[in-house]
Amino acid sequence: MSRYLIGVDVGGTFTDIFLLDTETGAVATAKTPSTLDDQSRGFVAGIAGLVEDFSQIAAIVHGTTTGTNALLERKGAKTGIITTEGFRDVLEMRRRDRPTTWGLWGNYEPVVPRNLRRETPERVLADGRVLEGIDAADVAAQARALMAEGCEAVCIFFINSYANQVNERAAVEAVRAVWPNAHVTAAAEILPEIREFERLSTATLNAYLQPLVSEYVDRLDHALRARQSGGDLLIVQSNGGLMTVETTKRQPVRTALSGPAAGVTAAREIAAAAGFANVITCDMGGTSFDVSLIAEGEAALAAQNAVDFGMTIRMPMIEITTIGAGGGSIAGLDASGLLQVGPESAGSMPGPVCYGQGGTRPTVTDANLVLGRINPERPIGGGLERLDVDASRDAIAAHVGTPLGLSPEAAAEAMIRVANAKMAGAIRLVSIERGHDPARFAAMPFGGGGSLHTGALMLEVGLDAALIPRFPGVTSALGCVVADMRYDRVQTVNAGLANADFTALQAAIADVEAGLSAQLTEAGTDFEAVDRAVELDMLYEGQTHTVAVPISAPDTLDEPSVRAAFEGAYRATYGRILDGAPARIVNLRVTVIGRRRKFDMTALAPKAGRCASDCLLGMRRVFCAGAFVDAPVYDRLSLAIGERIGGPALLEQADTTIFIDPGLAGEVDGFGNLILRREG
Amino acid sequence: MSLDSITLAILKGRLEQIADEMDATLFRSAFNPIIAEAHDASHGIYDAVTGDTLAQGKSGLPIFVGVMAFAVKAVIAKAEGQGGPREGDTWIFNDPYDGGTHPSDFRLVRPLMRGGEVFCYLASVGHWRDVGGAVPGNYNPKATEIFQEAVLIPPVKLFDGGVYQQDIVDILLANSRLPDSLFGDLNAQINALDLGVRRMTALLDEYGDRIVAEAMGALKSRAETLMRAQIADLPDGTVSVEDWLDNDGVTDEPLKIALDMTIAGDALTLDWSRSAPACKGPVNISEATTVAACYVALKHIFSDVPANAGVLEPVIVTVDPDSILSVRAPKPTGGYTETIMRLIDVVFQAIARIAPERSNGCAYGTINALSLSGYRDSGARWVMFSFFGGGHGGHPLGDGLNHGNAPISTATIPPLEIMEAAYPIRFTQWALRPDSGGEGRHRGGLGAVYEIELLEGEADLTLFGERGRFAPPGVAGGGAGAMTRFSWETEKGAKAPPMASKLVDARLAQGQRLRLETPGGGGYGAASERDADAIIRDRALGYIA
Repeated sequence: MSRYLIGVDVGGTFTDIFLLDTETGAVATAKTPSTLDDQSRGFVAGIAGLVEDFSQIAAIVHGTTTGTNALLERKGAKTGIITTEGFRDVLEMRRRDRPTTWGLWGNYEPVVPRNLRRETPERVLADGRVLEGIDAADVAAQARALMAEGCEAVCIFFINSYANQVNERAAVEAVRAVWPNAHVTAAAEILPEIREFERLSTATLNAYLQPLVSEYVDRLDHALRARQSGGDLLIVQSNGGLMTVETTKRQPVRTALSGPAAGVTAAREIAAAAGFANVITCDMGGTSFDVSLIAEGEAALAAQNAVDFGMTIRMPMIEITTIGAGGGSIAGLDASGLLQVGPESAGSMPGPVCYGQGGTRPTVTDANLVLGRINPERPIGGGLERLDVDASRDAIAAHVGTPLGLSPEAAAEAMIRVANAKMAGAIRLVSIERGHDPARFAAMPFGGGGSLHTGALMLEVGLDAALIPRFPGVTSALGCVVADMRYDRVQTVNAGLANADFTALQAAIADVEAGLSAQLTEAGTDFEAVDRAVELDMLYEGQTHTVAVPISAPDTLDEPSVRAAFEGAYRATYGRILDGAPARIVNLRVTVIGRRRKFDMTALAPKAGRCASDCLLGMRRVFCAGAFVDAPVYDRLSLAIGERIGGPALLEQADTTIFIDPGLAGEVDGFGNLILRREG
Repeated sequence: MSLDSITLAILKGRLEQIADEMDATLFRSAFNPIIAEAHDASHGIYDAVTGDTLAQGKSGLPIFVGVMAFAVKAVIAKAEGQGGPREGDTWIFNDPYDGGTHPSDFRLVRPLMRGGEVFCYLASVGHWRDVGGAVPGNYNPKATEIFQEAVLIPPVKLFDGGVYQQDIVDILLANSRLPDSLFGDLNAQINALDLGVRRMTALLDEYGDRIVAEAMGALKSRAETLMRAQIADLPDGTVSVEDWLDNDGVTDEPLKIALDMTIAGDALTLDWSRSAPACKGPVNISEATTVAACYVALKHIFSDVPANAGVLEPVIVTVDPDSILSVRAPKPTGGYTETIMRLIDVVFQAIARIAPERSNGCAYGTINALSLSGYRDSGARWVMFSFFGGGHGGHPLGDGLNHGNAPISTATIPPLEIMEAAYPIRFTQWALRPDSGGEGRHRGGLGAVYEIELLEGEADLTLFGERGRFAPPGVAGGGAGAMTRFSWETEKGAKAPPMASKLVDARLAQGQRLRLETPGGGGYGAASERDADAIIRDRALGYIA
């Protein structure tokens, strides 16, 4: 009987497992060391710690960083490109940008060097007309030349293939006939959208990841089958939805943000269960602070993202805004005497001064320690015995306090204020700057680091509340269990609204939708419901940035209804429409979502909680608003539903520490979340 | 509440964020790709009395960072003559002599009023696609007066006490070949100013006017301190550098750009007095633009100094009032980009003489503004106008970037597929240009080759470029990059522009092609010091033939 639903998140240090028993509704979590040489070992070992009989597994859902890391570390396969004559440098020429606005010392190494980018005669025009067909023998010869160079993967990319794929498809056939493996990517299959660099870059990175990611998911699949696992292995995509192993092997570029997307998906579900439709997730790590927005129950998606300079992936992805502020961010004064925190970071090596690993410049973690917000006897992660408070205090005094004429504690508090201001800026960026009212949003930290700062951020930005999930450290693994199956596809239309052929447009939408539905069926999973969403990317003639226009009735399209939908979307985005200006439909986008059965989040709640006074671990001196105060320290996980604690207070648990600022109070809700709100 | 250094650090971020957000609003809703994709626009917050820059968006066109303050000063002067600014006033103008660049750049300036007084100014500038003049797109290499370049608008009120002046807009629309584009951009700039006012008002309500005003003053002196520290790090002394513009597009004579740079302690003098006198053609620039170009060059070298007027306090810029660097009406300025890029090249070369480890080889040094225009078989007018990329200079850390954008801009090039979809053309080549990077220990980046075929009817062809006769120099012993090369097909075979890098009155017929080869960057350090493996790699990749 297959009863277990398992989520697995492989991080740099730990592999997190989240298990749901679908029969009893019980949940279990586990943390095992990651085995980075072959992640499948730690993966299987972690599951084995919770499940004896793998045949009872219904599904294993995985948020993976294999693709992300291969891109960041440039460890993908040796890849070749076959392209239209005259255009082999499209990848290297990018969109004629540079890495930084100021300073001209940048450089760029494309993942496919120039000698592995080969041209073949062919040409399609922008209106889809074939000016010149392909020479299949020449295409095959180019493929053989790349094989001879040792390429493991190849990308075929032709100019204007979004408008007519006939040449590109014929070339792909010619290549597949000679290529020794399955790692052949057709650019327009991955992304049939106008904009040559973005399409090529996305497709090239797909090819670049294909051998590595395919091998990885195969190895996982085999290891699980070897244990007689009965369930499917599903992979989290960058858009937060799941895909099958087969799709993952065809489109590995969809895993670029798999890990973070799982976390945001979990946040969305936890928040929805707790009654929060509008949430800003905050993931504070050692060097960076990642923020995402969930509005009306939907995570914001970005149309594209660049993993690094010139490494653009144009695919719908959870929109993550990253700034250089984390626990390891270094504080110091600039040449004008102004306090700066970050973006320079001490990382994990040497790390903060208090780690005693050779760091000498004070970090945000050192400041939290000096302020009494971190327990020096109970460091989280990293395997340290204790933290050296005196070393932190000395470093803060030397680098910040003395030059500014402040006590070490006041200097530490100033560091936290500046760091919080930067993080608040990131929250404003995704909320206020996009037209959202922060008073309607709650902050939700996940990962280990953010819970010390959440209350202050809530106050600084004017958020309504903060929601700290019961197990912030395993949020991503939990996200795997609750994610839905999701496939999306774009197709360039490029037609003026006034003379668009709506019958053809409806047919194109239906065609794309049928393909996605078939892909969904292929997964063999049972869904509670299947949702479809159709959008048109539209603009006024002459503009280049499109507005996403939701289409509620895609089988009865006509000019007035599409115009009304466009004007509604445009007004919502920019405030004013342009009467009489001609509009254009650039792309159609279809999303198909297979909704999986939700589990009852009350399973996460404390079963036999105690009242706050019974959870008191002791008192600690905490520096707040310029003075030391005595703050109670509680054992968070023992608190019963409904318990309420006023600030200042500290709540400890294995994977995080929560600080309730003065003026705030935290209450345990029916799911075990801690909800922070202003007191009174 | 008083201003402590922590609040100052926080307000610095908030002010910069407001300017950034104004940038983002315009880029997203602008109608023409020169703003939307090329980011040829800028926004900032300016001093209520002096017009000095207090904060400026990070994503706008770098050159505007220095020049917008002069535009705000022009509005302050104008407003004084009209009894002072009122709530809801907004001025609009493109006059390049009064704190401007070239007449394509339209500036909107609005006072932010608090209790009946101006607290600060907000401004938006964007490059409009067509504002009249003799050639579509306003790059007229043959212009000898501004009237042949574009319609000239002095500072006039677009909103008077909050009332929208439809008459002004009607005049603007009547003077453009692309009125829809103009109207869309105008609206987008108004959106950006509206947003800036909302955000600034919220900030002032939160922190109090006095604290924010104090912070603005403190940030200015902080910028000055940072800049002085950077200058003080350079060795004292005077160096002289000369470089040349090909010509002004009207008279085929080279134009000298000469700099005598003196560093004395924490002060820097950039004396351009020996530069060419004012010229007939459109490569003159205003003194404001000269100062702005110096700022851009210095900010590339000292990239962590802030975008704020304080940076220019320790810098003295000297120009001859009759020179090409201090234009007066009605001389043309349309090609200002070429002159400011030459100024920047000269500053890089001067810094390299005294502190090579802080500098880099010159970048390709021309925007190569290419315009193709005609009528579709259907009778519809089309104007394709784009700037093209080239190589960046080699630098202390490595080879120059291949196919980068101009140092004065953060512009991206429109996708060729979008150009092919919009205009009756096809590219037959879009490639790196081998052998175009200057030799050196660190080679200059490669320029590009763009080849375009006309698919329908006939097209007028104009080019406004540079570096056709004087190659982008290397520094510290590095060699020069390749020069601009342009040719187009005619019935009598391929032709090259008589003025090397500038062309008007040329036509292309269906099936004929043009070919633009852009310069590479200058090299850094002596070629003899180049790593042997790097040369082998350059050959294997075809970067050198």
